[in-house]
Amino acid sequence: MGAIQHSISDPPSEELVLVRAAKGGDDKAFGELVKRYDRNVFRIAQHITQNREDAEDVVQDAFLKAYTNLQQFQEQSKFYTWLVRIAVNEALMKLRRRRPERMVSLDEDIKTEDDSVPREVADWAPNPEQNYNQAELKEILSRTIQGLPPGFRTVFILRDVEGLSTEETAEALELSIPAVKSRLLRARLQLRERLNRFFVKPTVETA
Amino acid sequence: MKCTEFLKELNEYLDGALDARTKSDLDDHLAWCHNCYVVCDTTKKTIQIYKNTEVYDLPDELRTRLQEAIQAKCQAKKKASGPQGA
Repeated sequence: MGAIQHSISDPPSEELVLVRAAKGGDDKAFGELVKRYDRNVFRIAQHITQNREDAEDVVQDAFLKAYTNLQQFQEQSKFYTWLVRIAVNEALMKLRRRRPERMVSLDEDIKTEDDSVPREVADWAPNPEQNYNQAELKEILSRTIQGLPPGFRTVFILRDVEGLSTEETAEALELSIPAVKSRLLRARLQLRERLNRFFVKPTVETA
Repeated sequence: MKCTEFLKELNEYLDGALDARTKSDLDDHLAWCHNCYVVCDTTKKTIQIYKNTEVYDLPDELRTRLQEAIQAKCQAKKKASGPQGA
């Protein structure tokens, strides 16, 4: 897996300096790490759990777990990737508790043979999001992504919203790289298809 | 190139992660296949819209409350596990 190796000659990143200080007992340094990533963890948690209270709990639990297990962070990957992995696991646990009737796993490969084949192909307006105000747009995007299975929307959020690489996403989700790629493609195409009805270019009526 | 082959490479195409030869093959396909052009363009817009919109923002007040709660929990954990804690 694509762990990021630090060579001896590389100066430690700002993140790593904070992590090492926190490991040495500097709570202010850990506080800085919280400030640096709390928004990201909240976004990821809310996307997975679809519930604000759960997301708030996940933020607290994930950082507490990171704090408690900091000595076990081996610096083989970025601290952020390690933190995301903790947060995703906490969020999935919340989701399982809320939906015990449904298996919730990132591992299951949802068998929908043709879900990658676009069914509806219609062009969008140049800046279709501008047809909605900010609150409407957030509602559309939130509802649309909620329709995706957790394994798909989590890969999409980590890769396309949070900017993790394929390797980092695979590491954070404990998935293989081909699994990340396949889910990302299907997530992107399904979201596109679902957004069609909001963003499609109005047809010009001909006389 | 068939449309299904184009779709298989769409991720890498959108991420700019293709070698020059494959990218050129895909560009050729897009030049004549309107359906693939639309799928590619609207998928690109989908990603951009999600990237540029803070769907779930964390209001300052809640953020402060969460940070304080995290700090308190970490301190409690440290006390509970003794001076060598954390």
